[in-house]
Amino acid sequence: MEVEAATLIGDGLKYAGAGLACTGMGGAAVGVGHVVGNYLSGALRNPSAAAGQTATMFIGIAFSEALGIFSFLVALLLMFAV
Amino acid sequence: MATESTENGASSATSCVQDGSAVGMPQLCLDWFPNQIFWLVVTLVVIYLILSKIALPRIASVLAERQGTITNDIAAAEELKLKASEAEAAYEKALADARTEALRIAAEAKAEMQAEVDLAMKKADAEIAAKSAESEARIAEIRTGALEAVREVARDAAREVVSVLDIDVEDSAISAAVDVRVKG
Amino acid sequence: MDQFIVKPLFGGDVVHWYTPTNVTLWMALAVLAISALMVFGTRGRAVVPSRTQSIAELAYGFVYKMVEDVAGKDGVKYFPYIMTLFLFIVFANFLGLIPMSFTTTSHIAVTAIMAMAVFLSVTILGFVKHGASFLQLFWISSAPLVLRPILAIIEIISYFVRPVSHSIRLAGNMMAGHAVIKVFAAFGAVVAIAPLSIFAITAIYALEVLVSFIQAYVFAILTCVYLKDALHPHH
Repeated sequence: MEVEAATLIGDGLKYAGAGLACTGMGGAAVGVGHVVGNYLSGALRNPSAAAGQTATMFIGIAFSEALGIFSFLVALLLMFAV
Repeated sequence: MATESTENGASSATSCVQDGSAVGMPQLCLDWFPNQIFWLVVTLVVIYLILSKIALPRIASVLAERQGTITNDIAAAEELKLKASEAEAAYEKALADARTEALRIAAEAKAEMQAEVDLAMKKADAEIAAKSAESEARIAEIRTGALEAVREVARDAAREVVSVLDIDVEDSAISAAVDVRVKG
Repeated sequence: MDQFIVKPLFGGDVVHWYTPTNVTLWMALAVLAISALMVFGTRGRAVVPSRTQSIAELAYGFVYKMVEDVAGKDGVKYFPYIMTLFLFIVFANFLGLIPMSFTTTSHIAVTAIMAMAVFLSVTILGFVKHGASFLQLFWISSAPLVLRPILAIIEIISYFVRPVSHSIRLAGNMMAGHAVIKVFAAFGAVVAIAPLSIFAITAIYALEVLVSFIQAYVFAILTCVYLKDALHPHH
């Protein structure tokens, strides 16, 4: 009985942890938005230099988005693999 | 990483699938890794061979050919443009030549006409001069004729007078005397 | 998560390393699609391209310019490798978006092998080209002397994290997109919110089309960046 209760509590905590891990995705969203917003404001100030920096923007997006993906992965691992 | 084998896993050869549905994350099932890696390597090698042996050289040659064609076309267009401007220059030159020719012809015609007019003028002048000289000559003749007539009359008169006076005078003396008087 | 299960194509349960599975099928389809576009599409070699040929030329020019811009003139030598990776990822991602299909690039085994291959080849290339001076990549000479060892440690850690983030980014993005669509599809069973669910699936699907391309682009461009680090390690 005690073991069963412990398993249930453990399962619940797993889901809670998965949910908490998903908050990290919000940070990634803020980061991506920041990157694109700054790129856009810079591009509107100096449109001639914008085309050369598109690749850099995508690299920045990729880096900040990767962290959100990591938190998503942690959530998935908690739900399915642990 | 993969879930521990379940007690009911006999339905499948792998512990990752139970009764047709996944246990845990299929991505983390180690049983499938060799298969995926093997086929991935095969796929990448095949794609690489296709691309590097056939596709990429072909596209590169097509792009180069297009670049060449475009360059040639631009050169040809440039040449045609040059020819056109040359033709235009020739046309301009011909036009200018024609204009100067026309001017020259006009000037020539004018000069010719001027010359003709001058000639006619000169002729007319000469004619006038000849006519006036002729009339002058006639006038002079008439005048000398008149003078001769006067002298004749004077001589006749002198002879009449001398005959009246009964003086015997030679004719030559009379005419000499008349001449002197008429001249005087 | 059943859509990610690897199944043998011709019955049976055992997945040996050589067994033809749905991985094989969808990778073969990707190869077919790539040959259709890049070989069959360009068979005319027309100076004025057909529609397929201009798409192939567009892909060629896109990746070529990316390699040239990011990795530099001497990186153009490695253009076919990057083109291979890019085309494979693009087509695997797009084929994975077909309903009932299998997304090969959503598996960490697949992306990890590609990322490790990039990482190892780039590292070996760096050492072959520059010898020990390749290590100057970690020794930032423009920083103050006191900070350099700390920066070196950070640089080394970030260098070794590269293949991890490189592979998990692609697999995670693909898996996340499909999982989100699956979640909304599960909501579709409830009649009251089914229209909303269908609308959401459509929207996420459109986003996934974009993400499929962008992730392939990012994978290729990061490969170029790593290549540039190997070719020009001095900051």
